[in-house]
Amino acid sequence: MGIVSPGFQGRPRPAGPALPPGQYLTEDFPVLSAGPTPTVSPQDWEFVLATETGAEYRWSWPELMALPQETPTVDIHCVTRWSKRDTSWQGVSLDTLLDGVDTAAGYAVAHSYGGYSTNLPLTDLRDGRAWIAHTYEGRPLPAEHGGPARLLVPHLYFWKSAKWVRGIRLTTTDEPGFWETAGYHDYGDPWREQRYAGD
Amino acid sequence: MTETSYLDGNMLDGPLRELFAVDLSAATARCQTCGRAGPVGGLRVYSHAPGLVARCPACTAVLLRLVRTPDRAWLDLRGATFLAVPVPPERAGPPPG
Repeated sequence: MGIVSPGFQGRPRPAGPALPPGQYLTEDFPVLSAGPTPTVSPQDWEFVLATETGAEYRWSWPELMALPQETPTVDIHCVTRWSKRDTSWQGVSLDTLLDGVDTAAGYAVAHSYGGYSTNLPLTDLRDGRAWIAHTYEGRPLPAEHGGPARLLVPHLYFWKSAKWVRGIRLTTTDEPGFWETAGYHDYGDPWREQRYAGD
Repeated sequence: MTETSYLDGNMLDGPLRELFAVDLSAATARCQTCGRAGPVGGLRVYSHAPGLVARCPACTAVLLRLVRTPDRAWLDLRGATFLAVPVPPERAGPPPG
């Protein structure tokens, strides 16, 4: 039991659970982008899951929409230090997409329209922790936030949640992506503050 | 649709001065993707990102990425086949003999 009364603190305590170290809360949704926003219409959109043996699994937009949909509400954490609570999404779990995919790969690389890429262990895409998200706060995901669909992996820094995702390639070796080859951490766990290579 | 704005490559002058003694905004860079050669100052720099990303104004391919961590600057130039940097003319050597 504490002996210091919270009533003596100068500021109100932030509501909810703690944030990862070094993060601050924001109410808006900052747009970060390393290049021009790709224009991809749903009718042209395709998602390709490729295994380490070259086998490919493809989904068109109607096929993605026909899969079981989930509605995660999650906190997101950007490596530039903003965090946003209780963001609500709709999308398809990677568990659904990986179901029946025969692979011995340990790693995955997400690729985007526009050329972006990011890597993560395949295990981080499983067990209800990753989605292909197409709806944000009840509306189609805006292009500046990665629409028509983005990867959503909220337990890692948000650069891992690739905008404009077009496919995931499963690999037996770790292949660092766009920011991971330029000084950012290979894994990017916000709770361990893994911002930069060597953290 | 909201388009993320970019800055012209002259903004790289400050960040690159931390690494180089010369003004690289006056240097010429050649895009590995489309072959266009032009001044670094003419690249399109996307700065609303975890680092600075400089792209070719013709084909939008990435020529340069610069990430500043607390104790290191990471410069990735794999998208540029060369940087031609203006230098003072070589002075004539001492006369022979």
